[in-house]
Amino acid sequence: MPFVRKLAGLVGFLLLWEAAGRLGLVDARVLPPPSEVLVRFGLLFTDRGFVAGAVSTVLSWAIALLCATVLGVGVGLLLGSVPALRLITMPVIEFLRPLPSVALIPLAIALLGTQAQTKIVLGVFAATWPILLNTSYALGEVDPRLLETVRCFRVSRWRRLVGVTLPSIGPFVLTGVRISASIALIAIVGTEFLAGGSIGLGQYAFVQGTSGGRMDVVLAATVFAGLFGCLVNAGFLAVQRRWVSWGSVASSSGEVAA
Amino acid sequence: MSMLEVAGLGHAYGGVDAVSDVSFVVEPGELVCIVGPSGCGKSTLLRCIAGLLPPTRGTVSLHGDRVVGVPSDLAVVFQDYSRSLLPWRTVAGNVEFPLRDRGLSTVERRSRVEEALSWVGLSEAAGKHPFELSGGMQQRVSIARALAYRPALMLMDEPFASVDAQTRADLEDLVLTVRASAGMTVLLVTHDIDESVYLADRVLVLSQSPATVVETLKVDLSSPRDQITTRGTDTFVRLRTEIARQIRR
Ligand SMILES: Nc1ncnc2c1ncn2[C@@H]1O[C@H](COP(=O)(O)OP(=O)(O)OP(=O)(O)O)[C@@H](O)[C@H]1O
Ligand SMILES: [Mg+2]
Repeated sequence: MPFVRKLAGLVGFLLLWEAAGRLGLVDARVLPPPSEVLVRFGLLFTDRGFVAGAVSTVLSWAIALLCATVLGVGVGLLLGSVPALRLITMPVIEFLRPLPSVALIPLAIALLGTQAQTKIVLGVFAATWPILLNTSYALGEVDPRLLETVRCFRVSRWRRLVGVTLPSIGPFVLTGVRISASIALIAIVGTEFLAGGSIGLGQYAFVQGTSGGRMDVVLAATVFAGLFGCLVNAGFLAVQRRWVSWGSVASSSGEVAA
Repeated sequence: MSMLEVAGLGHAYGGVDAVSDVSFVVEPGELVCIVGPSGCGKSTLLRCIAGLLPPTRGTVSLHGDRVVGVPSDLAVVFQDYSRSLLPWRTVAGNVEFPLRDRGLSTVERRSRVEEALSWVGLSEAAGKHPFELSGGMQQRVSIARALAYRPALMLMDEPFASVDAQTRADLEDLVLTVRASAGMTVLLVTHDIDESVYLADRVLVLSQSPATVVETLKVDLSSPRDQITTRGTDTFVRLRTEIARQIRR
């Protein structure tokens, strides 16, 4: 039932958009109706420029998210377990975290050039924070009684980390990674859009929009990016439900807050 | 040499005394029960003995060595058992978890897990997760985990509080059997005066908070004990009356 209702909302939105174009409320060259965009969406996959761009974007995104996860979990564990270190670094983190990664594009280009490494580094920069903060926060939330229990049984330090701490913080970390997945995508596509000379979805949309005036293509590429983001999010939610069902009773009833 | 020696032990939480001055000795293989009113400091005392809480005053010694940090060869059944189980591991996985660091082979570990689960009547639930179990079943998992570990010293904090009367009687007999066969020393906290007399070689009666030992009673009942006949003997009735009077005081 909720699924049908969600779908009804989407269909209604598309109908309104279609009607706005057909009735002449908006210029169809600026905002082409969804029927045209959908046709164009299908044709995108025959466009070599688009496919190359999409592959570059998705690959960069995957690399960036992987790096951000390793970095975020690693540093998060360190900061979470050494309070003094956390105290010193928090002001720096609080300063760096809200910096929009697009504002760092000129600096990144000057340092790294305009190749894929630039957008990957900016993607990592933007995506590390939620994972890092969730990890270090979750460390403080590990049930002390659980840690005491395994300490009593003289479980080795290593197995306490791998068998108790990591599974305890797992749900929090996974939520961080899920949030970071969309942040990384936004940062990477944004960088492609603003930093000329690279390939990728953002660059593709930029060229099609400014020099070609092809808003239908731009929107079709946007739909692709949006769909990709949705699928990734749904994938992470499914993983969360499947593997950390013990984390919340709510998930066993099938309702997880997105 | 005595197994456990507690001397002048006291603990204060932020300046407020929870345990004031407790001294006693437990000999190897002995089963000692601690009874006392709710909130008198029994859990605090056990946590000091387990090395989880540094005592404010006094000392705890195991085999003559002073305890600093968690000693080896010890198992604890915590009062809040549900929080002491790993939620992402199955029942069998929880029982097995501490055995890995005891240098046992996979086969030995598996047979110990199966044995302990059958003792507490949870063989059927081996593959379930803690959140799928009732409170009493979770409590039995934590008992099984401690028994499978076969510690030299077992600390149990209200281990049978959440099970029905029949299961409780079975678990009491189980603890008596296992400690006899494995030669374990057991220190068990309980609210239930009858239970303390039935199980113990000696009963320590604690005062109201902050705890001190008001009385030590030797339980001269024959072994093996029997749920029906032992509880009907004159000695049993005399001891439980004596303890009840001490607690009331
Ligand atoms: N972590 C803590 N911080 C502060 N005070 C505490 C803490 N734990 C226990 N206390 C206090 O210490 C006293 C003894 O607590 P304890 O849990 O040892 O009692 P208990 O005898 O085990 O009680 P019960 O029979 O209800 O389990 C109580 O007054 C309690 O309020
Ligand atoms: Mg208690």
